[in-house]
This record gives sequence, C-alpha cells and structure tokens, in this order.
Amino acid sequence: MDDIQILNLVERYIRGEMNPDERLHFENLRKSNPEIDQLVVEHTLFLQQMNRFGEWKKFKSSLHDTHLRLAEQGKINSSKLKGKAKIVYLWNRYKRVAAIAAMIAGVTTLTVTALVNFLSPNADNARLQELSRDIQNIKRQQNVQGSEVNNLKNKINQQTIPFKAGGTGFLIDGKGYLVTNAHIIRNSKNIAVINNKGDQFKAVLVKEYFDKDIAVLKIDDENFKTMASIPYSISKTASEVAEPIFILGYPRNDVVYNEGYLSAKTGFNGDTLSCQLGIAANRGNSGGPVFNHDGEVIGILSTKETEAEGVAFAIQSKYIYEIIDDLKKDTVYHTLKLPVKSNVRGLDKKQQVKKLQDYVFMVKGD
Amino acid sequence: MKQENNEKALLQGLARNDKKAIETIYRENYNMIQVLVINNNGSAEEAKDIFQEAMIVLYEKVRSGTFELTCQIKTYVYSVCRRLWLKRLQQLNRYSQEVAGLEASVPVEEEIEEHEKRNAEFEMMDKAISHLGEPCKSLIEAYYLQKKTMQEIAAGFGYTNADNAKTQKYKCLMRLKKIFFAQYKNGNSDG
Repeated sequence: MDDIQILNLVERYIRGEMNPDERLHFENLRKSNPEIDQLVVEHTLFLQQMNRFGEWKKFKSSLHDTHLRLAEQGKINSSKLKGKAKIVYLWNRYKRVAAIAAMIAGVTTLTVTALVNFLSPNADNARLQELSRDIQNIKRQQNVQGSEVNNLKNKINQQTIPFKAGGTGFLIDGKGYLVTNAHIIRNSKNIAVINNKGDQFKAVLVKEYFDKDIAVLKIDDENFKTMASIPYSISKTASEVAEPIFILGYPRNDVVYNEGYLSAKTGFNGDTLSCQLGIAANRGNSGGPVFNHDGEVIGILSTKETEAEGVAFAIQSKYIYEIIDDLKKDTVYHTLKLPVKSNVRGLDKKQQVKKLQDYVFMVKGD
Repeated sequence: MKQENNEKALLQGLARNDKKAIETIYRENYNMIQVLVINNNGSAEEAKDIFQEAMIVLYEKVRSGTFELTCQIKTYVYSVCRRLWLKRLQQLNRYSQEVAGLEASVPVEEEIEEHEKRNAEFEMMDKAISHLGEPCKSLIEAYYLQKKTMQEIAAGFGYTNADNAKTQKYKCLMRLKKIFFAQYKNGNSDG
C-alpha cells in the first residue's frame, strides 16, 4: 500500500464512510501499526480544524454579503455614514471657530433681549412660579449665528433644535451624569447641556422623578470628556437655618453667582421635601446647585415665590441620595458614584466658584 | 416570553449559518454599534469590522452547544463590541479615558480571549493555505472546504482522471500539514 492509499483509507475511516468489514479490518491495522494510529489521530485533528476553518470562512463571507445587502437596501446606515464621519471630523476641527462666532452673536443678542425683558411687564399670575427660562432669545440668536455655523450644521444634517425651556443642572458623577429639575425638561424630546465655556453637549434623560421634581440626565456626546473629580460633595443632612449659602446657575448665557441664606428647613406651605432660601433667584436658575460655605451641595434650586422678592425654594439634597439609590437598582447604573468629599472647603469664595463653575451646566429642552 | 423564544430561534438559525437569522440580528444591532464606534473615535469601516467580529464570537458561542443566553442578544453583542473596541483603541494608542455608552453590558472577557485564540488559529490556517500557491490552494479548498468529490475536482481542474487529481492533492496536503503542524506546535508551546 502506498501513502496515498493509506491517507485515503484514513480519511474514509474518520468520515465514517467504511462498511463494517472494512472498518474492522482497518481498526486491526491501526492496532498493529502505531504509525497508522498516529496518522489517524493527527489527521482527525487536522480535519476538525479544517472543517471549523471552512465554517468560519463561510460565516465571514455571509456576514460580508449581509452587510452589503442591508446597506444597499438602506436597512443599516452604513454607506451613508461613511461620508458623515468625514464631516463630523471637519466639524470637530472647526467647532472652536464656530463656537467663538456663536458666542459673539450670542452676547449681542442677549444684551438686546435682556433689555427688552427688563422693560416688559411680567404678566404671570401664578403664585408659585417655576424658574424655567424661556429660551426664545436663544432660538432667535441661533438664527443670527454666523453662516459658518449654519453651513457646518447643515452639512452634518443636524437640525437646529428649537429649544424652549431652560434651566441649570450640575454633575453628580464625572462620567456625565447630571441632576436638574424635572419640570425643566418635561416633555422634551431633545436635551442639550452647555458648560460655562459655551460647549454644547447632547444629553439624554436617564430618569425623571416628578414627585420630587428631580431628573437625572446623562451627557451622551462624543465630545464630552469624563471629568476627573467633582470638587463638591452632596450633603446628606439638612442644613441649619441662617446658614449662608450661594448658588450658581444660568439665568442668562453666562454662569451667574448669587448668595443668600437658608431661611427655613421646610418649603412652601411647610413642604418637607424642600427648604426655603433667602436669595434672589431668576428664571433659569431652576435645577442649579445650592452650596453651603464648605462647598457642599445642600439642595437643588427649584421654585420661587412670586409675591415676595428674594424668596426661593430648593429641594433638599438628601433626596438626591434617594433617587440614586433607586437608580442603582438597575445594573446599568451600578457604577454611579456620588462625590463624597468637598475639596473646596476652606477656600475663599472666589476660588470656590472658580472650581465649581465647570461642573454646573445650562440645561435646555425643546 | 415571546421575545425570549424569538431570540432562541434566531440563535439556532445563526448556528446553522441561516441567511435570514444572520440578516435579522445584523439589522437589529448594527446601527447601535456603528453609533458606539463613531462616537468613540472610530469610523464606519471600523464599526463594521468590530460588529462582524462580535457576530463571529456569538456564532462560535452558539455552535459550541453549551451556550445559554442569559441576556438579550442586543446586550451581548453590545458588550462584546464595547470590549473589542476598547482593545482596538488601546492597540492603536487612541485610547481616550473610556468608551462611553448607556447600554447595559455583561462580562465577556473569557469569550473574547477564546475568540482571539481561535481567530489566530484560523488566520494561521488561512496563511498556510495561501502559502501553498496554485494549484494547491484551489485543490485543497475544493476538497476540504467546498467538499467536492475527487471526480468533480478532476473534471473541474482538467486532470485526465481522478487518480491524477488524488496524487496532486496528496502532495499539496502533505505540504499544508507540514506547515500547519509546525505552526500548531509553535502556537501551543507559546501559549
């Protein structure tokens, strides 16, 4: 028997193509001849590997075909996005120029609108008024924005979203989790947040708690870089009456600081969810953090008294812990971690605000 | 419950290399992965590579027979892609902090390690076969991968009879096995 015949036998044996007589004969041969036995073992391994390799190749080519087919039928976004990726790259490259143009346009419009707003009477009769800021002015400003911005935006198919409601929010986890008031983004399909440098990021709603008027957002934007450590902590305990406090928020397009004091441990009509502040808050401050002088967040500014100037209410910060505990029941948010230590304690106000303002964002919803 | 059964059926289809099943899983998950990759420093082309690799991981997994899906296909594919993309970014030195995404993920470390080992083996085989040159490459592929009979091969390749084809195939096979086992032993002693 020559080698070719032997191999042929081995292959037929492995594939089970032999009839019983042949098989018996071959098995005897295998027992008496260690070389053939070795060949069988070796060839079995080889054929197994060959078969798996064949299937692997076949599966790979099915994947390839499927991709082409689905892309052609438009059922996946593939080919379209190839071009888009390039434009996104260009957008990333030129967005700084665009942002500066937008800011200049923004400041101009804002000054005009601020003047108009200041002079026009306030016709709101509700006793308790939510601090949501109407962002009509931003909408108008977006129309005025330099042609460069508009061109770039059109190129990447990003519709300009007409944001209407606005407020403030602040980070509770450097991975991009923010809290704000639920009423700010109620019924909003698109949410965006803007930091104090004017960079806008897309955000998505993680969960809203209407009973507490707290919403948790997550920044979901490729340009957002995880922020290392949050300089403030979130207080678990209620603060003392008369404790000095300060707020940061966006009643206009720049972050605005204001200070006051805690005037009561309960809120409007004895509401235990919130506390009362003696502070001048404006529309747009809603959802912003209320800090004590150690740089701890003691509440989320939410509503103000319309009949008395300089009175506002904040949701007590301990409810942030409650909602985070609730969120953590979902494994997705298991890694959520609230900042535990304030590292601005003992600094003077100027230094504190400088460090804190990077973590406070303007929140816009449409 | 219905969805669970659906997913089971899809996976069974996948194990059979069923066109419909592959297409369904592809259609339902691809866009999500493309968004993930593009949002994290990648291109559409890279998204396609990563996604297809994850499909192979899933395929190998269902073929192994021991696979019990403890989560949705979507979650599984997402987790594998996320992990693979992180690795790729690290290799390319494009690593930037972490891959952002909101979807749930499940641990897939082991699968990916296994997959990479298998991938290396298959790529080795691919290379070994390419190294053979023609006509060996086509002969071996026709017989061992496309499972054609020696008669069909003899006719297709223009051999005067099946015996001639067998002789040629034997020579090719010996060369391939030599390369394969040399690499196989090397690969095994390495790992």
